[in-house]
Amino acid sequence: MDVLQPWPWYVAGPLIGLTVPLLLILGNKSFGISASLRHICASCFPAGISFFKYDWKKEQWNLFFVFGIMIGGFLATYFLSVPGRVEVSSDTVEQLKAQGIKNFNGLLPADIFNWQQLLTLRGFVFIIIGGFLVGFGTRYAGGCTSGHAIMGISSLQWPSLIATCCFMAGGFATSWLLLPLLLKL
Amino acid sequence: MKNIKFVIAGMLFGIILIKSQVVSWFRIQEMFRLQSFHMYGIIGSAIIVAMVSIFLIKKFKIKALNGEPVVIADKKFNWGNVYGGLIFGIGWALTGACPGPIFAQIGSGILLSIITLFSAVAGTWVYGLIREKLPH
Repeated sequence: MDVLQPWPWYVAGPLIGLTVPLLLILGNKSFGISASLRHICASCFPAGISFFKYDWKKEQWNLFFVFGIMIGGFLATYFLSVPGRVEVSSDTVEQLKAQGIKNFNGLLPADIFNWQQLLTLRGFVFIIIGGFLVGFGTRYAGGCTSGHAIMGISSLQWPSLIATCCFMAGGFATSWLLLPLLLKL
Repeated sequence: MKNIKFVIAGMLFGIILIKSQVVSWFRIQEMFRLQSFHMYGIIGSAIIVAMVSIFLIKKFKIKALNGEPVVIADKKFNWGNVYGGLIFGIGWALTGACPGPIFAQIGSGILLSIITLFSAVAGTWVYGLIREKLPH
Protein backbone atom coordinates (compact mmCIF):
# COMPACT_ATOMS: atom_id res chain seq x y z
CA MET A 1 0.00 0.00 0.00
CA ASP A 2 1.30 3.43 -0.94
CA VAL A 3 0.65 5.68 2.08
CA LEU A 4 0.47 8.71 -0.20
CA GLN A 5 -2.64 7.28 -1.90
CA PRO A 6 -6.04 7.35 -0.14
CA TRP A 7 -6.32 4.57 2.42
CA PRO A 8 -8.95 1.86 1.87
CA TRP A 9 -11.73 1.42 4.41
CA TYR A 10 -10.26 -1.77 5.88
CA VAL A 11 -7.11 0.12 6.86
CA ALA A 12 -8.68 3.40 7.99
CA GLY A 13 -11.67 1.91 9.85
CA PRO A 14 -9.67 -0.34 12.22
CA LEU A 15 -7.22 2.52 12.88
CA ILE A 16 -10.12 4.79 13.83
CA GLY A 17 -11.41 1.99 16.07
CA LEU A 18 -8.03 1.82 17.85
CA THR A 19 -8.46 5.47 18.89
CA VAL A 20 -10.95 4.18 21.48
CA PRO A 21 -8.53 1.96 23.49
CA LEU A 22 -5.74 4.51 22.91
CA LEU A 23 -7.69 7.24 24.73
CA LEU A 24 -8.92 4.87 27.44
CA ILE A 25 -5.37 3.78 28.20
CA LEU A 26 -3.72 7.19 27.77
CA GLY A 27 -6.01 8.93 30.21
CA ASN A 28 -9.20 6.99 30.93
CA LYS A 29 -10.98 9.19 28.39
CA SER A 30 -14.03 8.19 26.37
CA PHE A 31 -13.65 9.01 22.67
CA GLY A 32 -15.90 11.89 21.64
CA ILE A 33 -15.40 15.09 19.73
CA SER A 34 -18.56 17.21 19.84
CA ALA A 35 -18.11 17.89 23.59
CA SER A 36 -15.19 20.11 22.55
CA LEU A 37 -17.76 22.57 21.15
CA ARG A 38 -19.38 22.75 24.58
CA HIS A 39 -16.01 23.35 26.23
CA ILE A 40 -15.35 26.18 23.76
CA CYS A 41 -18.67 27.76 24.82
CA ALA A 42 -17.95 27.19 28.52
CA SER A 43 -14.46 28.67 28.32
CA CYS A 44 -15.13 31.58 25.96
CA PHE A 45 -18.82 32.60 26.13
CA PRO A 46 -20.47 31.05 29.23
CA ALA A 47 -22.89 34.05 29.53
CA GLY A 48 -24.21 32.74 32.84
CA ILE A 49 -25.97 29.81 31.13
CA SER A 50 -26.21 26.88 33.54
CA PHE A 51 -25.31 24.33 30.81
CA PHE A 52 -21.92 26.04 30.53
CA LYS A 53 -21.26 26.29 34.28
CA TYR A 54 -18.95 23.37 34.93
CA ASP A 55 -15.24 22.88 35.35
CA TRP A 56 -14.31 22.70 31.65
CA LYS A 57 -10.62 22.65 32.60
CA LYS A 58 -11.14 19.11 33.86
CA GLU A 59 -12.20 18.19 30.33
CA GLN A 60 -9.55 20.16 28.52
CA TRP A 61 -7.92 17.02 27.10
CA ASN A 62 -10.72 17.19 24.52
CA LEU A 63 -9.57 20.63 23.34
CA PHE A 64 -5.99 19.37 23.03
CA PHE A 65 -7.32 16.39 21.05
CA VAL A 66 -9.18 18.56 18.50
CA PHE A 67 -6.15 20.84 18.22
CA GLY A 68 -4.20 17.67 17.35
CA ILE A 69 -6.81 16.82 14.68
CA MET A 70 -6.07 20.16 13.00
CA ILE A 71 -2.32 19.46 13.02
CA GLY A 72 -2.98 15.95 11.67
CA GLY A 73 -5.16 17.42 8.93
CA PHE A 74 -2.32 19.75 7.97
CA LEU A 75 0.37 17.03 8.01
CA ALA A 76 -1.70 14.53 6.05
CA THR A 77 -2.62 17.08 3.40
CA TYR A 78 0.80 18.62 2.83
CA PHE A 79 3.17 15.73 3.56
CA LEU A 80 1.26 12.47 3.17
CA SER A 81 -0.84 13.03 0.07
CA VAL A 82 -0.55 13.43 -3.66
CA PRO A 83 -2.90 15.96 -5.27
CA GLY A 84 -6.01 14.47 -6.79
CA ARG A 85 -9.75 14.60 -6.52
CA VAL A 86 -11.75 12.30 -4.24
CA GLU A 87 -12.89 9.41 -6.44
CA VAL A 88 -16.47 8.76 -5.45
CA SER A 89 -18.97 6.48 -7.14
CA SER A 90 -19.95 7.50 -10.67
CA ASP A 91 -23.63 7.31 -9.62
CA THR A 92 -23.00 10.00 -7.00
CA VAL A 93 -21.15 12.18 -9.52
CA GLU A 94 -23.94 11.83 -12.11
CA GLN A 95 -26.66 12.63 -9.57
CA LEU A 96 -24.84 15.65 -8.18
CA LYS A 97 -24.08 16.92 -11.70
CA ALA A 98 -27.76 16.68 -12.57
CA GLN A 99 -28.51 18.63 -9.39
CA GLY A 100 -26.14 21.44 -10.30
CA ILE A 101 -22.70 20.61 -8.84
CA LYS A 102 -20.00 21.37 -11.40
CA ASN A 103 -16.76 21.31 -9.46
CA PHE A 104 -15.62 17.91 -8.19
CA ASN A 105 -12.11 18.93 -7.18
CA GLY A 106 -11.17 19.23 -3.53
CA LEU A 107 -12.89 17.95 -0.40
CA LEU A 108 -15.88 20.27 -0.71
CA PRO A 109 -17.64 21.41 -3.91
CA ALA A 110 -16.40 24.93 -4.67
CA ASP A 111 -19.80 25.67 -6.26
CA ILE A 112 -21.20 25.99 -2.73
CA PHE A 113 -18.25 26.16 -0.37
CA ASN A 114 -16.41 29.36 -1.22
CA TRP A 115 -16.27 32.82 0.36
CA GLN A 116 -18.43 34.49 -2.32
CA GLN A 117 -21.13 31.85 -1.90
CA LEU A 118 -21.22 32.57 1.83
CA LEU A 119 -23.08 35.78 1.00
CA THR A 120 -25.73 33.94 -1.05
CA LEU A 121 -28.75 32.13 0.35
CA ARG A 122 -27.41 28.77 -0.83
CA GLY A 123 -24.00 29.24 0.78
CA PHE A 124 -25.64 30.50 3.95
CA VAL A 125 -27.86 27.41 4.17
CA PHE A 126 -25.10 24.86 3.51
CA ILE A 127 -22.33 26.47 5.56
CA ILE A 128 -23.91 28.49 8.37
CA ILE A 129 -27.27 26.75 8.89
CA GLY A 130 -25.56 23.39 8.28
CA GLY A 131 -22.83 24.13 10.81
CA PHE A 132 -25.38 25.42 13.31
CA LEU A 133 -27.41 22.20 13.03
CA VAL A 134 -24.26 20.12 13.55
CA GLY A 135 -23.49 21.96 16.81
CA PHE A 136 -27.08 22.13 18.04
CA GLY A 137 -27.94 18.55 17.05
CA THR A 138 -24.85 16.87 18.45
CA ARG A 139 -25.23 18.52 21.85
CA TYR A 140 -28.99 17.83 21.93
CA ALA A 141 -28.26 14.19 21.01
CA GLY A 142 -25.42 14.02 23.54
CA GLY A 143 -22.74 13.08 21.02
CA CYS A 144 -21.74 12.76 17.38
CA THR A 145 -20.34 10.08 15.10
CA SER A 146 -17.38 9.53 17.42
CA GLY A 147 -19.13 9.64 20.81
CA HIS A 148 -22.31 7.77 19.84
CA ALA A 149 -21.69 5.76 16.65
CA ILE A 150 -18.20 4.53 17.55
CA MET A 151 -17.63 4.90 21.32
CA GLY A 152 -21.28 4.39 22.33
CA ILE A 153 -22.17 1.42 20.14
CA SER A 154 -18.84 -0.33 20.77
CA SER A 155 -19.43 -0.07 24.53
CA LEU A 156 -22.94 -1.53 23.97
CA GLN A 157 -24.97 1.53 24.92
CA TRP A 158 -28.35 1.22 23.26
CA PRO A 159 -29.17 4.97 23.40
CA SER A 160 -26.14 5.46 21.14
CA LEU A 161 -27.53 2.97 18.63
CA ILE A 162 -30.79 4.90 18.56
CA ALA A 163 -28.95 8.21 18.16
CA THR A 164 -26.86 6.76 15.32
CA CYS A 165 -29.98 5.51 13.50
CA CYS A 166 -31.40 9.03 13.83
CA PHE A 167 -28.18 10.60 12.44
CA MET A 168 -28.56 8.35 9.41
CA ALA A 169 -32.30 9.01 9.04
CA GLY A 170 -31.72 12.79 9.14
CA GLY A 171 -28.90 12.46 6.60
CA PHE A 172 -30.86 10.21 4.23
CA ALA A 173 -33.86 12.55 4.25
CA THR A 174 -31.61 15.56 3.63
CA SER A 175 -29.53 14.01 0.84
CA TRP A 176 -32.49 12.50 -0.99
CA LEU A 177 -35.28 15.02 -0.47
CA LEU A 178 -33.84 18.33 0.67
CA LEU A 179 -30.56 18.59 -1.25
CA PRO A 180 -32.06 18.62 -4.77
CA LEU A 181 -34.19 21.62 -3.69
CA LEU A 182 -31.47 23.43 -1.74
CA LEU A 183 -28.92 23.10 -4.55
CA LYS A 184 -31.31 25.13 -6.75
CA LEU A 185 -31.32 28.10 -4.35
CA MET B 1 2.64 18.89 29.44
CA LYS B 2 0.37 16.04 30.43
CA ASN B 3 -1.92 17.05 27.61
CA ILE B 4 0.68 16.64 24.86
CA LYS B 5 -0.28 12.98 24.54
CA PHE B 6 -3.81 14.01 23.58
CA VAL B 7 -2.45 16.38 20.92
CA ILE B 8 -0.49 13.45 19.48
CA ALA B 9 -3.53 11.13 19.63
CA GLY B 10 -5.59 13.83 17.89
CA MET B 11 -2.89 14.24 15.28
CA LEU B 12 -2.92 10.54 14.42
CA PHE B 13 -6.72 10.64 14.26
CA GLY B 14 -6.64 13.72 12.02
CA ILE B 15 -4.23 12.01 9.63
CA ILE B 16 -6.59 9.01 9.35
CA LEU B 17 -9.58 11.30 8.72
CA ILE B 18 -7.82 12.91 5.76
CA LYS B 19 -6.29 9.73 4.35
CA SER B 20 -9.59 7.85 4.47
CA GLN B 21 -11.40 10.81 2.82
CA VAL B 22 -14.18 10.83 5.43
CA VAL B 23 -13.64 14.61 5.52
CA SER B 24 -14.96 14.83 1.94
CA TRP B 25 -18.45 16.26 1.35
CA PHE B 26 -18.66 13.97 -1.69
CA ARG B 27 -18.00 10.86 0.43
CA ILE B 28 -20.80 11.86 2.80
CA GLN B 29 -23.26 12.33 -0.08
CA GLU B 30 -22.20 8.96 -1.48
CA MET B 31 -22.84 7.36 1.92
CA PHE B 32 -26.31 8.86 2.40
CA ARG B 33 -27.23 7.89 -1.19
CA LEU B 34 -26.09 4.29 -0.53
CA GLN B 35 -23.80 4.41 -3.55
CA SER B 36 -20.63 3.04 -1.97
CA PHE B 37 -19.58 0.77 0.86
CA HIS B 38 -16.57 2.97 1.78
CA MET B 39 -18.05 4.96 4.70
CA TYR B 40 -20.05 2.00 6.03
CA GLY B 41 -16.89 -0.12 5.92
CA ILE B 42 -14.97 2.51 7.87
CA ILE B 43 -17.58 3.12 10.57
CA GLY B 44 -18.47 -0.59 10.81
CA SER B 45 -14.89 -1.84 11.12
CA ALA B 46 -14.07 0.98 13.56
CA ILE B 47 -16.97 -0.15 15.78
CA ILE B 48 -15.89 -3.80 15.65
CA VAL B 49 -12.24 -3.03 16.49
CA ALA B 50 -13.31 -0.67 19.32
CA MET B 51 -15.76 -3.27 20.67
CA VAL B 52 -13.13 -6.03 20.76
CA SER B 53 -10.64 -3.60 22.39
CA ILE B 54 -13.10 -2.65 25.12
CA PHE B 55 -13.91 -6.32 25.69
CA LEU B 56 -10.20 -7.12 26.10
CA ILE B 57 -9.58 -4.12 28.38
CA LYS B 58 -12.42 -5.27 30.64
CA LYS B 59 -11.53 -8.96 30.51
CA PHE B 60 -7.89 -8.46 31.41
CA LYS B 61 -8.68 -5.50 33.69
CA ILE B 62 -6.14 -3.37 31.84
CA LYS B 63 -5.56 -0.10 33.68
CA ALA B 64 -5.11 3.41 32.31
CA LEU B 65 -1.52 4.75 32.34
CA ASN B 66 -2.23 6.65 35.57
CA GLY B 67 -3.10 3.36 37.29
CA GLU B 68 -6.86 3.95 37.46
CA PRO B 69 -9.19 1.16 36.34
CA VAL B 70 -10.73 2.03 32.97
CA VAL B 71 -14.29 3.33 33.37
CA ILE B 72 -16.82 4.05 30.64
CA ALA B 73 -19.82 6.08 31.80
CA ASP B 74 -23.23 4.68 30.86
CA LYS B 75 -25.36 6.81 28.57
CA LYS B 76 -28.97 7.13 29.65
CA PHE B 77 -31.64 7.35 26.98
CA ASN B 78 -33.47 10.63 26.56
CA TRP B 79 -35.54 11.92 23.63
CA GLY B 80 -32.72 14.29 22.76
CA ASN B 81 -30.95 11.22 21.32
CA VAL B 82 -33.76 11.09 18.75
CA TYR B 83 -34.54 14.77 18.07
CA GLY B 84 -30.94 15.91 18.33
CA GLY B 85 -29.81 12.92 16.26
CA LEU B 86 -32.18 13.83 13.42
CA ILE B 87 -31.08 17.49 13.55
CA PHE B 88 -27.40 16.55 13.49
CA GLY B 89 -28.09 14.22 10.53
CA ILE B 90 -29.46 17.16 8.53
CA GLY B 91 -26.41 19.27 9.37
CA TRP B 92 -24.05 16.39 8.53
CA ALA B 93 -25.58 16.00 5.06
CA LEU B 94 -25.49 19.76 4.38
CA THR B 95 -21.95 20.51 5.55
CA GLY B 96 -20.58 17.07 4.67
CA ALA B 97 -18.80 17.09 8.00
CA CYS B 98 -19.32 15.89 11.53
CA PRO B 99 -17.34 17.73 14.25
CA GLY B 100 -14.02 15.82 13.87
CA PRO B 101 -13.76 16.43 10.12
CA ILE B 102 -14.49 20.15 10.56
CA PHE B 103 -11.25 20.46 12.55
CA ALA B 104 -9.35 18.31 10.02
CA GLN B 105 -10.65 20.43 7.12
CA ILE B 106 -9.40 23.59 8.81
CA GLY B 107 -5.98 21.97 9.27
CA SER B 108 -5.91 20.91 5.63
CA GLY B 109 -6.13 24.57 4.66
CA ILE B 110 -9.87 24.95 4.02
CA LEU B 111 -10.23 28.19 5.98
CA LEU B 112 -13.92 28.47 5.08
CA SER B 113 -14.51 25.57 7.49
CA ILE B 114 -13.66 28.02 10.31
CA ILE B 115 -17.07 29.54 9.53
CA THR B 116 -18.64 26.06 9.79
CA LEU B 117 -16.89 25.64 13.14
CA PHE B 118 -18.12 29.02 14.45
CA SER B 119 -21.63 28.11 13.31
CA ALA B 120 -21.39 24.78 15.14
CA VAL B 121 -20.18 26.55 18.31
CA ALA B 122 -23.12 28.94 17.94
CA GLY B 123 -25.47 25.94 17.59
CA THR B 124 -24.07 24.39 20.75
CA TRP B 125 -24.41 27.72 22.58
CA VAL B 126 -28.05 28.17 21.53
CA TYR B 127 -28.75 24.60 22.64
CA GLY B 128 -27.34 25.48 26.07
CA LEU B 129 -29.48 28.61 26.16
CA ILE B 130 -32.83 26.93 25.37
CA ARG B 131 -32.10 23.46 26.71
CA GLU B 132 -34.69 23.57 29.49
CA LYS B 133 -37.46 24.41 27.03
CA LEU B 134 -36.68 21.47 24.72
CA PRO B 135 -38.26 18.01 25.03
CA HIS B 136 -35.79 15.44 26.35
